[in-house]
Amino acid sequence: MADKILKKLNIEVWRQNNAKSKGKFETYTIENISTGTSFLEMLDILNNDLIEKGIDPIAFDHDCREGICGTCSLYINGRPHGPDSAVTTCQLHMRKFKEGETITIEPWRAKAFPVIKDLVVNRSAFEQILQAGGFVSVNTGGVPDGNAILISHEDAEEAMDAASCIGCGACVAACKNSSAMLFVSAKVSHLAKLPQGRVEAKRRARNMVAKMDELGFGGCTNTQACEAECPKSISISNIARLNREYLAARFSE
Amino acid sequence: MSKFLYASIGRKFLMSVTGIFLLLFILVHLTLNLLLVFDDSGALYNQGAHFMVTNPAIKVMEPILALGFLIHILWSLFITWQNWRARPVRYKKQDLAAASSWASRNMLILGSLILVFLVIHLANFFWKIKVSGSPLLEEEIVAGSNMHNTYALVSTLFKESLPFCLLYILGACLLGLHITHGFWSAFQTIGFNNKNWLKRLKRVAWVYAIVVAAGFSVIPLYFIFKF
Repeated sequence: MADKILKKLNIEVWRQNNAKSKGKFETYTIENISTGTSFLEMLDILNNDLIEKGIDPIAFDHDCREGICGTCSLYINGRPHGPDSAVTTCQLHMRKFKEGETITIEPWRAKAFPVIKDLVVNRSAFEQILQAGGFVSVNTGGVPDGNAILISHEDAEEAMDAASCIGCGACVAACKNSSAMLFVSAKVSHLAKLPQGRVEAKRRARNMVAKMDELGFGGCTNTQACEAECPKSISISNIARLNREYLAARFSE
Repeated sequence: MSKFLYASIGRKFLMSVTGIFLLLFILVHLTLNLLLVFDDSGALYNQGAHFMVTNPAIKVMEPILALGFLIHILWSLFITWQNWRARPVRYKKQDLAAASSWASRNMLILGSLILVFLVIHLANFFWKIKVSGSPLLEEEIVAGSNMHNTYALVSTLFKESLPFCLLYILGACLLGLHITHGFWSAFQTIGFNNKNWLKRLKRVAWVYAIVVAAGFSVIPLYFIFKF
């Protein structure tokens, strides 16, 4: 079955030259977009039009375009990664939009994620949080026997679920407080659930939360918007675990 | 320790602990108030109120309760201000309803309205009983001991003023909405939650909220319809 064609769409997009300049919204019209087109392909087509007209193309982050790298972002029509659930922007398709619709595209908005250009934001704050403790620093030595450390299936699954976080920042973008708690909780949880990660659990929770606060992310008020908008559906039960880990670390001081 | 109370999770921890404490207070308060509808002579309620003011445990708890309210209110302002600063440039178009409940996003607004109600509520009863006095409060003897006729003060307000009845019902509903999010959120913040407990806590939160909202609404409704 052939895809439907959207004859005309209005794209309202945030344009900002660089980190220091003041940005503003511009509206462009785009015609004849197949509903089978991915959202990023639609932006590619729009950018071709803009280049032909001598306008600076819209800068946006993208890389693998198959939903696993966490590079693409975009706050589309009031929701991170757009109107579909549990997908990244690159997995979003134009069939989710209507003929003649005005689509508003904004960058992630957070003090800790400053805009670099147009829709591209600097997410190195996430790297800094990881550098504060999101690792296991014990010397692992040679290859151990497969069953030397027994891990229950449930723990392994929960650790894997937490580890599926791709660090895209949708949780921060979705949160009314620009809180990074879902990200930090996922990164703390995937190690906290495994024996290798327990060794540094207290230090990790303490340092990563301290770094998160220092970088200007807001606090969690449990609205659950992060979980609903997360392309990997990371559960807020990880946030409860982070709270446990952090409180245990602080109260043992 | 002071660093802990200013850290993001520490701030929330304080909100959570005071919140749970206030939840318990609300339940005690509701239980006592329901005595209003079980005895129209007022003796039962007056005895209950007399027990509360003469009980040494309650005397100790009174300043702690005031402190609980104060911390819960002041810290909520501090937290909201901190969270507001985390997004200096706002979104143009936001579809928040797609991902979160209205109550969860508007706890400060709900809390502020409850605070306005609380001030009126204290002026109606607490202030008159403890400070200014009222001719309605004339002492009477119930079961052999002297006590304020608190029943007269409360029942007169509800019997004579429909607007106050409606205000108290509104206050109860606002508190109920606040609790639908606050209850489970408090447990989440202290770390008592996981995938199984989230569903249970949310269900209990709704039951608790409905009991509180309906329980406190029953009292003015009783006086509207009975008298």
